[in-house]
Amino acid sequence: MREHTVLRVVAQLIIPPILIFALYVQFHGDYSPGGGFQAGVIGASAIILYGLIFGVEAARRAIPPTALRITASLGVLIYGGTGVATMLAGGNFLDYDVLAHDPIHGQHYGLLIVEFGVGVTVASIMIAIFYVFAGRGRVEDRDT
Amino acid sequence: MIAHFVSQFPILVVVVPLLTMPLVVLAHRAFAAWALYLACTWAVFAMACALFARVATHGPIDYAVGGWAPPFGIELVIDSFNAVVLLLVAGMAAINSIYARASLAREIEPERLYLVYALMLACLAGLIGITVTGDAFNLFVFLEISSLSSYALIAMGPKRRALLSSFQYLIMGTVGGTFLLIGVGLAYMMTGTLNMADLATRLPAVFDTRTCQAALAFIVVGLSLKAALFPAHIWLPNAYTYAPSSVTAFIAATSTKVAVYALIRFVFTVFGASYAFEQLPLNQVLLGLSAIAMIAASLAAIFQTDVKRLLAWSSVAQMGYIVTGFALASTAGLSASLVHIVNHGLIKGALFMAVGAMAWRTRTTSINDLAGLGRTMPFTSAAFVVGGLSLIGVPATAGFISKWALLSAILAAGHYLIAALVLIASLLAVIYVGKVVEALYFRPRDAEASNHDAGEAPLAMQIATWALIALNVAIGLHASPELTATGRAAHALIGGGA
Repeated sequence: MREHTVLRVVAQLIIPPILIFALYVQFHGDYSPGGGFQAGVIGASAIILYGLIFGVEAARRAIPPTALRITASLGVLIYGGTGVATMLAGGNFLDYDVLAHDPIHGQHYGLLIVEFGVGVTVASIMIAIFYVFAGRGRVEDRDT
Repeated sequence: MIAHFVSQFPILVVVVPLLTMPLVVLAHRAFAAWALYLACTWAVFAMACALFARVATHGPIDYAVGGWAPPFGIELVIDSFNAVVLLLVAGMAAINSIYARASLAREIEPERLYLVYALMLACLAGLIGITVTGDAFNLFVFLEISSLSSYALIAMGPKRRALLSSFQYLIMGTVGGTFLLIGVGLAYMMTGTLNMADLATRLPAVFDTRTCQAALAFIVVGLSLKAALFPAHIWLPNAYTYAPSSVTAFIAATSTKVAVYALIRFVFTVFGASYAFEQLPLNQVLLGLSAIAMIAASLAAIFQTDVKRLLAWSSVAQMGYIVTGFALASTAGLSASLVHIVNHGLIKGALFMAVGAMAWRTRTTSINDLAGLGRTMPFTSAAFVVGGLSLIGVPATAGFISKWALLSAILAAGHYLIAALVLIASLLAVIYVGKVVEALYFRPRDAEASNHDAGEAPLAMQIATWALIALNVAIGLHASPELTATGRAAHALIGGGA
């Protein structure tokens, strides 16, 4: 890819907006179409594009597979932890009402946090799948 | 605070394994992963016991997830029927957690062990979710969680064939899952609800429509695939043979049982026995298929040369017994089904654990290579013999209790031919169990094979195996607690009340 100057320049231009858009879809998901899953996929696509243009090695340096293993787990824990927090606050599992002073804010915060967990896990798993496929046939493939 | 904590048990039995899973992945080291797995399964088992006791004294428990009142939100319902299944799944997971460490360490490379424990927890969460949920769509989601994790678990088996058998299971399992989803979708289309209790009140108005009939057909076929009911059993022998021993012991004891539970739940609670068995000829179909399963799969088991595959074929035959029971549509039949769901789980769990212990020592499960193990592994071989007797249905074992309950239900319904077939299948079981026992005790140890260091399996594996064997014998000698629980469950399900 080293000789494809156009691709490299366009990719450099386009990757930051993709990431910003992912964040927009993530945190605007409760008012407009979107949410954690879509945002996670969009965010991961930015990293995958980076890997396609600049090489998987560069992508692995930017986001190491070990980090993905941790963030993927943390995402699930954020989701489930929200549910546990609602239980500790006296509600049922994922009953966001109890998260704030009134139910409307509670539902809002709860959904925001839970969707963030989904986004983190989806993005991590998407990138991990890309690494596994891109790394096929390589010997030094260790931690994915 | 304590009361609030206890009231959360119905969701905690799902959430605890689901949240321990990422912790296991974070822990990464094999020992830490196993320790978390052990603690989690025993915690779940303790909660399952508490739920079982509570249902027995106070009646069904409802739980509204997220505080959304049913039928709009997802509801978890634990009644006297699924409390028994919940206890079986949680108990098998707990005993398996003692067994798993030594067994998995021998079959899977150390850096991937944490993934196996994480997947086992995902599978457990899925199976428990199917058991406790009162929502038809939620059941599908949990079915997918348990299925996806079992595909990956089977693919991790030590032989390369494991990948192929996992792929075979993936195709069949996905077809099954999709059929279930289509069936649930059709029912939703006609009623606008997914809550099982709500479906049960709204479906009778649309019973005459093709859509409703198709919904039942799709659900029955889909779940039969997951339950490996003949002729949809093709995936099972390979999957059980090539999965890691400890995974086979867990999945064989729980996965197909939970699928049959879901089938019973849809037929009896959601659609109602009179619709499925009187307006539609579902009982004829199920009785016919399960009769073939009993005989054909038992015959197939006789000709196997691999113990795991032999036991897998036997499982297909045993699913025939379970389905025969509830296809009789009588309280006694349904109760016999539930008895055998539990007892067969205990029997197959014990047998696969014993075989896994032999494989730990010999690194093979071929019957010829196990010849003469009765002398070098006396305790494991004895466990296999007692488990085998229970599988045949010899008095003073759990297998006898299920066969007795099943036969009396069949005779009460007047199906003498089926009763004869059950007895023939039991005789066939004598042959295939006898074949393994003969190799273990009456054949000399192969000179080349005995080059392996002779000796028993690790103590933990023996303890887990013998714990299940002891349960088999305990139920065989004192069956009344189990029969009371299953009888009450069958009454609750047939009597209309959940």
